[in-house]
Amino acid sequence: MSSMFLARRLVTRCFSSRPPLHVCIVGSGPAGFYTADKLLKAHEGARIDIIDRLPTPFGLVRSGVAPDHPETKIAINQFSRVAQHNRCAFYGNVKLGSDLSLSELRDLYHVVVLAYGAESDKNLGIPGESLGGIYSAREFVWWYNGHPDYSSLKPDLKSSDTAVILGQGNVALDVARILLRPTTELASTDIATHALSALEESSIRKVYLVGRRGPVQAALTAKELREILGIKNLHIRIKETDLTVTPADEEEMKNSRARKRIYELLSKAAAGTSKGDCDQRELHFVFFRQPERFLESDESKGRVSGVNLEKTILESGGSGKQIAVGTGEFEDINCSMVLKAIGYKSVPIDGLPFDHKKGIVPNVRGRVVSGDISQTEPGLYVCGWLKRGPVGIIATNLYCAEETVGSISQDIEEEEEGVVGKSEKAGRKGLVQLLENKMVKKVDFSGWEKIDAKEKQMGIERNKPREKLVTWEDLLAASSADS
Amino acid sequence: MLFHRLSRLGSRIVKQLPRERHLSVCGMRVLQRSYAQYLQSSSAVVLQRQPQQAFFSNNNHHRCTSFSTVSETEKINVIFVDKDGEEIHIKVPVGMNILEAAHENDIELEGACECSLACSTCHVIVMDTEYYNKLEEPTDEENDMLDLAFGLTETSRLGCQVIAKPELDGIRLAIPSATRNFAVDGFVPKPH
Repeated sequence: MSSMFLARRLVTRCFSSRPPLHVCIVGSGPAGFYTADKLLKAHEGARIDIIDRLPTPFGLVRSGVAPDHPETKIAINQFSRVAQHNRCAFYGNVKLGSDLSLSELRDLYHVVVLAYGAESDKNLGIPGESLGGIYSAREFVWWYNGHPDYSSLKPDLKSSDTAVILGQGNVALDVARILLRPTTELASTDIATHALSALEESSIRKVYLVGRRGPVQAALTAKELREILGIKNLHIRIKETDLTVTPADEEEMKNSRARKRIYELLSKAAAGTSKGDCDQRELHFVFFRQPERFLESDESKGRVSGVNLEKTILESGGSGKQIAVGTGEFEDINCSMVLKAIGYKSVPIDGLPFDHKKGIVPNVRGRVVSGDISQTEPGLYVCGWLKRGPVGIIATNLYCAEETVGSISQDIEEEEEGVVGKSEKAGRKGLVQLLENKMVKKVDFSGWEKIDAKEKQMGIERNKPREKLVTWEDLLAASSADS
Repeated sequence: MLFHRLSRLGSRIVKQLPRERHLSVCGMRVLQRSYAQYLQSSSAVVLQRQPQQAFFSNNNHHRCTSFSTVSETEKINVIFVDKDGEEIHIKVPVGMNILEAAHENDIELEGACECSLACSTCHVIVMDTEYYNKLEEPTDEENDMLDLAFGLTETSRLGCQVIAKPELDGIRLAIPSATRNFAVDGFVPKPH
C-alpha cells in the first residue's frame, strides 16, 4: 500500500532541500486559499505570500456570501489556518496593477498564481441601462455586506413597492431574499448596519425575478430556493402555464437530478396558497422574458420607472441545450429599482493575456497562455473565477485549485534545471522591500486579526456575530491599532 | 525521521485525550475540533493509522459501560480509496461520522463547513451498492448539497452524514478526484 506513497513523499522531501519555491497568490478568496493550502501540502519548500487589494482576506466569503448564510462562512476557519501556516503569509491593502505591476511580481517569485476573481459586471447592452435606480447585483451585495468600495451606494428602496431582478441564479435569489426577508431576522446577522437601517425603511414589497428561460433551466440551487420559498408571509407567484414542460425539458431533467429537484420545488410552490396579510410580500417568478429596454420615469428624470420585457420561447441550441428566442411580444413591469444579476466579469491588468469575450485569462489547466495556445507564460498561473469564469460554488474552487497546483507541480518536475532550481528569487523579502520603497502600507494577517477582533467586539454590543467596518479609513485604522 | 514521527504520534495522542473523554461521557458526537493537525498532515501518515484509539480503549471502556448498550469502543473497518487510487484501511468507532474519521486518520477529505450541511466538500462515493443501500436515505438538505457535488454518482454521499455502524464494516469509500477530469467550464454532474 505505502511504497508508492513513501516514494512520493521522498520526492517531495527532495524539493525541500532545494532552494525554497517562492510563490505569490494574488487574491485571498476561496480560489486563493485553496491554492495555497494545496501548494503547502504538495511542496515542502513552498513559501507562499497571498496578497489582496483589500485590508481584509477571504474575498467573496466576506463580501459575497449573504449575511444570513453564516454556515457557508465557516470555510473561513480553514482559510485562517492556512494563513497562519509558518510557510504562508497574508498581505492585504496591496493592489496589483497600481501598487506593483505584474512584471515586478513575476521578478520576485518563481510562481505567481492570479486568483483575484471577477470584480466587475456583465452588461445587458440595452437602452436605458445607465438610468438611476439600476444597479448590478454585485454592487447591491457589496453594499449590504459592507464592502468598503460600496458602503455609500444608498440604493433607492423607497420610491415604490416594486423591484425587478434580472436573472434567476443564486445571486438573484440572495438579493431577493435580502429585500423580502423580515429585517428582524437580518438584524442578528453580520449585515452592514447602513444596509439594515435602509432595509428597515424599505417600501419594497413585490419582487420580480425575471429569467429568459423556463423553470427547468433556472440556474439556481435547491438550498437557496427552498430557503426563499420558506420566508414568512411571502406569497410566491408562478404562472401555471410556465410550468408546462416540453419533451426537451423532460430530457434536460432526466440528465440532471438538480434541475429535476428544482423544478419540483417550483411546482410545489406554485400550487401552494397563502392568505393575505397586512404586511404581505410577494415574490414573482417571471419565466420566458428577456429585457428589451429600461423605461425612464416621467416625474423624476434620469430614473428608472420600469422594464420592457420581450416574451421568449425556447429553441434547441444543440447538444441538449435550449436557448431563449424573442417572440416580438412585449410587456412592461413598473418598478423603481432594478438589480441586474446576470453575471460577474473579471478585470484585466497590464501585461496579462486576457480573453475579453469570455472575461477570463486564457489558460490550459491553469497555465496562462498568450497568443496561440501553445505559448505558456512561464511561472504564471490562474485559479478560480479568473480562470474559468464566474460560476460555481466555494467547493468548485477546491477542484479548480487542485488542477492549477497539479500543473505547477508538473512544470516544476519537468523543468529539472528550470524555473525553480536555477533562478534565485527574492520572494517575500523582496516584496516587503518593494512595498516599503513604494510606501505601501500593507496589512498582514495580524492586522486583519485586529480588524476581526474589533468587529466582533462591536458585534457583541449589537447582538450580531460582527459589526463590519465599512470604510477604508476605519479598516486601516483598526488594522494598525495598538493591541 | 523515525524519531520525528514518533514524537508527532505522541503529540497526537496527547491531543486526543480530552476529546476522547468528552465523547465517552456524553455518548454523543459533536465535531468540535481543531483541524490544525489535518492541515499539517502530509508527512507522517505511513505508520499504523489508529494507535491513539487503541491506547484509550481501556479508558473508554471503563467510563462507558454504564451508559450505552453498544460499546463506544466498537470499531468497523473502513477503506478509503484516495485521489490517486490508493487504498487506506482505517478503523472507525461506531457512531463517528466519516468526515471526522478521515480527519482523525490524516486522510485528505475536505470539510469546509465543518459538518453544518452547507457545502459538498466531503463528498464520498460508496463503491459497493450493497453498502450504499445499508445507509439511511439522504435528507433533502443533504441532497441539496449533493446536487452541487463534483462528480456526483448514484452512490454519492456526504462524508459528514455517513455515521459508522456495525453493518457498514468493510465499506469502501472513494474520494472523487479532480485532477483527472475537472472540466474548465465547471463541473457537469453525472446523470442520476
